[in-house]
Amino acid sequence: MLNQLRPYRESASQTAGPYVHIGCTPNQAEITGVWAEDLGARMLQPQTKGERIVVEGIVYDGSGAPLKDAVIEIWQADAAGLYAGPGESRGAADPAFPGFGRQATDGDTGLFRFETIKPGRVPYDDGRLQAPHISVWIVARGINIGLSTRLYFADEAEANAADPVLLRVLDPRRRGTLIAAPAPGAEPGVYRFDIRLQGPDETVFFDI
Amino acid sequence: MRNSIGDQRPFYPRDRALHPPAFTPNYKSTVLRAPQQALLSLESSLSERTGPAFGHGLIGALDNDLIRNYGHGGEAIGQRIVVYGRVLDEDGRPQAGTLVEFWQANAGGRYRHKKEGYQAALDPNFGGCGRTLTDQDGVYSFRTVKPGAYPWPNGVNDWRPAHIHFSLFGHAFAQRLITQMYFEGDPMIRQCPIVRTIADDAAIEQLTARLDRQNTLPMDALAYRFDIVLRGRRSTVFENKLEGN
Ligand SMILES: [Fe+2]
Repeated sequence: MLNQLRPYRESASQTAGPYVHIGCTPNQAEITGVWAEDLGARMLQPQTKGERIVVEGIVYDGSGAPLKDAVIEIWQADAAGLYAGPGESRGAADPAFPGFGRQATDGDTGLFRFETIKPGRVPYDDGRLQAPHISVWIVARGINIGLSTRLYFADEAEANAADPVLLRVLDPRRRGTLIAAPAPGAEPGVYRFDIRLQGPDETVFFDI
Repeated sequence: MRNSIGDQRPFYPRDRALHPPAFTPNYKSTVLRAPQQALLSLESSLSERTGPAFGHGLIGALDNDLIRNYGHGGEAIGQRIVVYGRVLDEDGRPQAGTLVEFWQANAGGRYRHKKEGYQAALDPNFGGCGRTLTDQDGVYSFRTVKPGAYPWPNGVNDWRPAHIHFSLFGHAFAQRLITQMYFEGDPMIRQCPIVRTIADDAAIEQLTARLDRQNTLPMDALAYRFDIVLRGRRSTVFENKLEGN
């Protein structure tokens, strides 16, 4: 029951390399005219339902230097907690929200920035509600296999305290690496989510 | 055969032994970028079993023709090839209607990228990116030129073998994969520190495309076949419960 034979083996991962932008964000990398807009560059339309938010941050390596050559992808539910893709059977997601975003980190500063909406709550398989969260995937030179993590919101303390995934992270300091807080000095709705690949505040990465 | 779109079953656990570990010091960039804590295993939820969907409206007529999709009427220089194959899951189910993206250096081994410093010439008619959707049998194909090998700063004199980068979505965020394709018969494959991050010999073989004379485009392009396998889904009691609903 638990361990059926798998006739094929998954293809092995290889690093996205330093030139990942050519394939993933070509317009941002000054390869223009092949297609008009980079995939996942724009998540919002005027009619998209939900609270507008910005998620920004920096990915730091083990020396504390920003990754200026990474690509970050996010996947999230719409404002009602529905996903806009296959596997969603509970209802139709907001047709004006794709749920998927992709941004390169800035080549000079390392900053990434997503303009999106705050996601609704999605049930876990046992029926408990998960806290609002965004799935995050990071690839870059020097990352052999894409890193999966989750972003939660500091202003959802009650929901976070009961979230089945956050509860799996026993060390409160490590749990804190998954929580985006309002960015200091920024406008309301701007959340800061720094990702640390190594060190005492290393971000929790998941084997999903 | 079951259509995998809309499938809600959980995934087989990822076989991490066939993937490269995070820390592989012979590929020096991993030293400061490899997480040092163990990954936290997560029983997947809807958040991982769903994933973005991309429609045919996304794909332009030349998106899968790297020989022509950048030049303004001119064609890229180099050995013309067609790369094709099937995207399957671990149970052999075709992954239909899924986005495949690819990028590569030009025939001289030069990338069109501002951080690229190799002296090989740029080709004014080669951008180096493309994308396509798989058909109902999971088949994708594109036309390009065979990329050149190139030197890179790692060891004193390391060269990448000719390769094409691939990005795959499948139908769930848990299936997301970026990898590279190599070319059959290239002795540089086994010398490459990035290839050698993979310890499993069969896994390296699986990333090596085969020359396919039968599907050569006569008087146009050689063909290389490259099948790609994404994670598959378990059958469990849980599945029956869901499907009975
Ligand atoms: Fe490359």
